[in-house]
Amino acid sequence: MTNLLQIKNIRKTFPGVVALDTVSLSIAPGEIHTLLGENGAGKSTLMNVLTGLYRPDHGEILLDNVPIQFNSPRDSLAMGIGMVHQHFMLVPAHTVFENILLALEKVPNLYSRRQYKQRVQKVLDEFSLDLDLDAPVWKLSIGAQQWIELIKLLVRDCRLLILDEPTAVLTPQESARLFKVLTRLRDQGKSILFISHKMREVMELSDRVTVLKKGCSLVTLPRGEYDENRLASLMIGEDQIPMWIKPACNYEQLALEIKNLSVRNDRGRADLDNFNMKLYRGQILGVAGVAGNGQKALAEVLTGLKEATSGRILANGKDITNSTAKSSYIAGIAHIPEDRKSIGIAPDMTVGDNLIMKNFTSHAFRRWIFQDRAAIRRNATAKIDQFAIKAGPDGNPVRYLSGGNIQKVIIARELSEKPAVLVALYPTRGLDIGSAEYVHKVIIDGANQGMSTIMISEDLDELLKLSDQIVVMFRGRLVGCVDPQTTTREEIGLLMSGEVQV
Amino acid sequence: MKLVTEKRGITSKLFRITAPIISILVALFVAGFLLLAADVNPLQAYLEIFQESLGSAYGLSETLVKTTPLIFTSLAVSLAFRMQIWNIGAEGQLYMGACGATAVALFSGIESHGVMITAMFLAAFLCGGLWAGVAGVLRARWQVNEVIVTLLMNYIAILGVDYLVYGPWKDPKGFNFPLTAQFSDVARLSEFFDTRFHSGFFLALFFALLMYLFMERTVWGYEIKVIGSNPKAARYAGMRTGLAIFAVLFLSGAIAGVAGFSEVAGLQHRLQHGISPGYGYTAIIIAWLAKRSAIGVVIVSFLMGVLLVGGDSLQLSWQLPVAFVYAFQGLILFFLLASDFFIHNRLRLAGRERHA
Repeated sequence: MTNLLQIKNIRKTFPGVVALDTVSLSIAPGEIHTLLGENGAGKSTLMNVLTGLYRPDHGEILLDNVPIQFNSPRDSLAMGIGMVHQHFMLVPAHTVFENILLALEKVPNLYSRRQYKQRVQKVLDEFSLDLDLDAPVWKLSIGAQQWIELIKLLVRDCRLLILDEPTAVLTPQESARLFKVLTRLRDQGKSILFISHKMREVMELSDRVTVLKKGCSLVTLPRGEYDENRLASLMIGEDQIPMWIKPACNYEQLALEIKNLSVRNDRGRADLDNFNMKLYRGQILGVAGVAGNGQKALAEVLTGLKEATSGRILANGKDITNSTAKSSYIAGIAHIPEDRKSIGIAPDMTVGDNLIMKNFTSHAFRRWIFQDRAAIRRNATAKIDQFAIKAGPDGNPVRYLSGGNIQKVIIARELSEKPAVLVALYPTRGLDIGSAEYVHKVIIDGANQGMSTIMISEDLDELLKLSDQIVVMFRGRLVGCVDPQTTTREEIGLLMSGEVQV
Repeated sequence: MKLVTEKRGITSKLFRITAPIISILVALFVAGFLLLAADVNPLQAYLEIFQESLGSAYGLSETLVKTTPLIFTSLAVSLAFRMQIWNIGAEGQLYMGACGATAVALFSGIESHGVMITAMFLAAFLCGGLWAGVAGVLRARWQVNEVIVTLLMNYIAILGVDYLVYGPWKDPKGFNFPLTAQFSDVARLSEFFDTRFHSGFFLALFFALLMYLFMERTVWGYEIKVIGSNPKAARYAGMRTGLAIFAVLFLSGAIAGVAGFSEVAGLQHRLQHGISPGYGYTAIIIAWLAKRSAIGVVIVSFLMGVLLVGGDSLQLSWQLPVAFVYAFQGLILFFLLASDFFIHNRLRLAGRERHA
């Protein structure tokens, strides 16, 4: 078989860390190749090697059977290797066309706008994409912005497209459309390296799957030789997936009630618009919706980080609408934030210090004005043990931990005061299967003890698996409420796109 | 071939200690060429720096005299830096502190030494604190950049003091020099061994100890560190960051104000034009080199004191221009900062031949 790209025994070490040990991988022309692996398995390092950001310590990269080496992302782009990053590289104030133009090589100083526009439009037409080239990027949805990133690579005629968790920001319908385009590209002979955590997508899309574990490429399996269980067990290996049994919610005692809640953002637009919701004791309420439809505002207003413009929030019948984060916490609402690194932790401080961030003034952790270091350390040891946090040496700053372990630190902290309500935003985003399962177990355990959870997620599988009830948000409104036992992915998808209301 | 920088992982303790020492030696080596160009034997000059600043009781006392205000101002700056609040105004806060202490010393008429000194201390503490507190309020309420506010308020403070010493507070018996009348004996800190060395130094050490305890042991220190590490996370955890910003800037200014108190009560015994040759600015560098730690501040302030006194002696005995002293200090700082870079990063040659 001829290979477009071949990676042989790549090794990349950082001082003190072996990020990639021995990775070998080949990508044929016209195939969709999926890269699976836990966090820290080396996926991002491998991506960065392929896009020329890192140079491997040794090993070979062959393009069309010729050894090559990249000195910068420019080199790899010039050779037809392009990547759609998880974080888009777009200029928000510029138009779609201007952003695409930026990606093109050798645009003359005086260029014919019409000619270039035609060239871009041709690509759009080819894949029947509906994008307004003159719209400024900030006005577009996240999904549309991702299309721009992809088009940037297509107008450059990239032969290998690397997509890093592209569906994280899409509705099921949008994902389906993306898959259609990807399949089409494959049929045209382009190669696609696809990274995803979502098993269902991997099963649906991939021609071959390579599993990465601890910096080694474990195995490459062609379609038909893998199934979900096989891949999961390969990825996590001997690590055990925790077992849990979900209790049925009895809908007896109201834990939280939201009445006609509206929240305006800085631009004066409504993030939440007349939002109504009820949450019962022990209930896991899934909140589905495309990112940016008010989920964050909902979480922030519940936890006191944002103020409601109008409406009321009642916890156990008590009005907590406009209290600060602290008194909300006392009223029993815990919060797993969306962006764990930017608001969940103090990165330079130790795990122990991060674990007491919400209750450092409690008498358990202080004597008069002095902190009780011994108590803080005991608490850390207990939590590290209880939540199986891989914290590294004592006194290690939290920023050295992996994403999954940082999330565990946050969850351990948020649940330590036995909250009545947990608001979890994308609690498993970017986590590997092992860690994600662990988070699920913690939420279920909490529900068993009467904790109510509002679980905001973009992963429908997760919502369907855990929730007692799923509500769907669109443009700050609650547009539907479905039973996970009876609903379909399609039904939720239609609700998410705002086309239907229940 | 090109040079690339790479992040180092965890570096050994030995390296972290030796790197700054090596960098000082490199700085001395490079400065040696400057000295040679000025027809001065570098070895002799260096020997003299150390002899002058450390080799005699008088030299040591002068070094400690310079170290004292540096410790205060550097502690002040470090405290704010810990919370990512950039107080560039320690200089002005020192002047305001000195001004407050002087007002008490000249006009209060208190006759007990203990009460007088305490009142002067409190006046300096408050004046420095409120001066920085202005920036605190602006930053906490309206997100006005504290760098600009504290920096510009330096000029107001310095020129304000100039107005007083050239104008209303000028000593009628001072031959028209810009200075106030001398303080009475009750308004002076004790001096030792017949030198200018005064008890302000011990106060500075005590403040360093307090600062250490405050930052490393108290609940407030913890709060400051969380806010400094990630203000968003702090807000999300329910901390009142606005209040903390004001409190920290107030405290920071207050400590810098105490430096002013120590200067007028311990050393000058009057308020005059140019009471600080830029201690408040040097403090920024010291705080940076000391990594914002209280103990580090004491050590680095002392080293800086050695440089200041040794530099003065170079001017005197070799007729070197003052510019040389600044160049010399600059070189040492430059190499120390460079060593900081090398502790966290390494350079290597990236050649194409590395790849088969």
